[in-house]
Amino acid sequence: MRDVAIVGAGMIKFGRYPDKDVVSLAADAAIGALKDAGISINEVEMVASGNLYQSNAMIGQRIMKEIGATGVPVVNVANACATGSTAFREAYMAVASGMYDVALAIGSEQMGKMGLLGAGGGNRDYSTEGVMGTGLMPGVFGQAGVEHMRKYGTKMEHFAKISVKNHKHGVHNPYAQYQQETPLEDVMNARMIAWPNTLYMCCPTGDGAAAAVLMSAEKAKQHTTKPIWVAASALTSDPWQERNPTMFDVNTLTRNAAKLAYDQAGIGPEELSQVELHDCFATAELIHYENLGLCGDGEAGDFIDRGDPQIGGRIPVNASGGLLSKGHPLGATGVANILEIVWHLRGQAGGRQVENSKVGLAHVIGLGSACTIHIIKK
Amino acid sequence: MTQETASEEKKRNPIVPFLRIPEDPKEEPYLWGSKCKACGAVFLGERIACGKCGDTDPLEEVHLSDEGEIYVFSVVHQTVPGLEAPYVAAIIDLPEGVSVRGNVYGLDPENPSPEWFGKKVRMYTEKVRTDREGNDVIAAKFRVLN
Repeated sequence: MRDVAIVGAGMIKFGRYPDKDVVSLAADAAIGALKDAGISINEVEMVASGNLYQSNAMIGQRIMKEIGATGVPVVNVANACATGSTAFREAYMAVASGMYDVALAIGSEQMGKMGLLGAGGGNRDYSTEGVMGTGLMPGVFGQAGVEHMRKYGTKMEHFAKISVKNHKHGVHNPYAQYQQETPLEDVMNARMIAWPNTLYMCCPTGDGAAAAVLMSAEKAKQHTTKPIWVAASALTSDPWQERNPTMFDVNTLTRNAAKLAYDQAGIGPEELSQVELHDCFATAELIHYENLGLCGDGEAGDFIDRGDPQIGGRIPVNASGGLLSKGHPLGATGVANILEIVWHLRGQAGGRQVENSKVGLAHVIGLGSACTIHIIKK
Repeated sequence: MTQETASEEKKRNPIVPFLRIPEDPKEEPYLWGSKCKACGAVFLGERIACGKCGDTDPLEEVHLSDEGEIYVFSVVHQTVPGLEAPYVAAIIDLPEGVSVRGNVYGLDPENPSPEWFGKKVRMYTEKVRTDREGNDVIAAKFRVLN
């Protein structure tokens, strides 16, 4: 496999755009990435488009009709919350394989005020929600956090502190849907959604788009003197586990992806400058500290208590403000968190800049199941 | 629709395929699953092949216990319209080595506690709604055993 560089990054502020359609949101991000790379659409040799709700409506090709229908291969990717990062990986593999020199990855989604996810479609007469447990995301990720409470005595306050930290980081992110601090007392006393996750411990739904231009090393050198490199790209699904799918297992596939990614990059977690991980809920972030090896098993509570994952701490996590601040337009998320690492490595992250960042990890997990981990370095 | 089918007796339909409601009303409804003959993994309901080891021999049907214990839970406060909330939504481990999602009653949803871990629960069935054909929809629920 060849080395692959990220040369262009483009993103729109996540939020709600009821007056725009998703193709125009995606087009804005794609054009931003092309301009950042200093190329035009005519130089792009393949496109991977991630969008969960519109992949069956050929959104990738519709974006190309908007920004330049050059006739190149376009693939539409859907992979739950890991949709955008799986599209990024498709573009990465297209270049790494040697088949193409320039690829464009676009992640986009328009969710509006979609509300709670996971109630399921189908015949509502036979919906099990609320009569045989829950499949709603706040409850599912609540249970995942409660499992950590059971194993290690973790308290609700530990999870709440993650919301405080991420919202504090998000204040400095102009791309974030919410740029507002949430003090601990407010998080603890906010409306309960699914214990132990209160309102401020759940990410908002919304609209968004993010895009990246990837190039072979040789091509990258023609466009930049400071390319950012993809040091690892891993994708896993669930291995069998006895409680799954009754209880979604968000841990094992993350651990498996982390091992693959660290092996590919030839580094360990102690060498990371920063991490963007999938904090769809505050409970999720805490368990991923351990799943990614940022601390030992059972140490995640102490890890947040000590402030290790704050900007300025031992290993800053979600300097972007995380999904809790940024929002989580499903198909856009996975590209956006890779771009966040890119901006830090370039020293372009403004008020949230992690000083002297050299290598970062971007993690996304989609239930049902898909986990991607990318390690990005200078 | 003929007069005959319209007046047909309404049925008691399980809400999930792995809840079985025997024809004979004297027999209790029960949860059932499938067990792989090669590796012993147990799954809820019917299986085409073993999701653990990939064995394709027909799996063996198992009658699951009506008692289990709470592994973990959440308390859902905000839910889909029309449902009563809050409710305790648990993952219940059954002794056969498989788990089931369940609402658990007999606990105070306003005071979730680590004491709930490992609590023994027993299944019961209840009509939760009527479907559009007028049949009863029956769910399995769980009550804490004292």
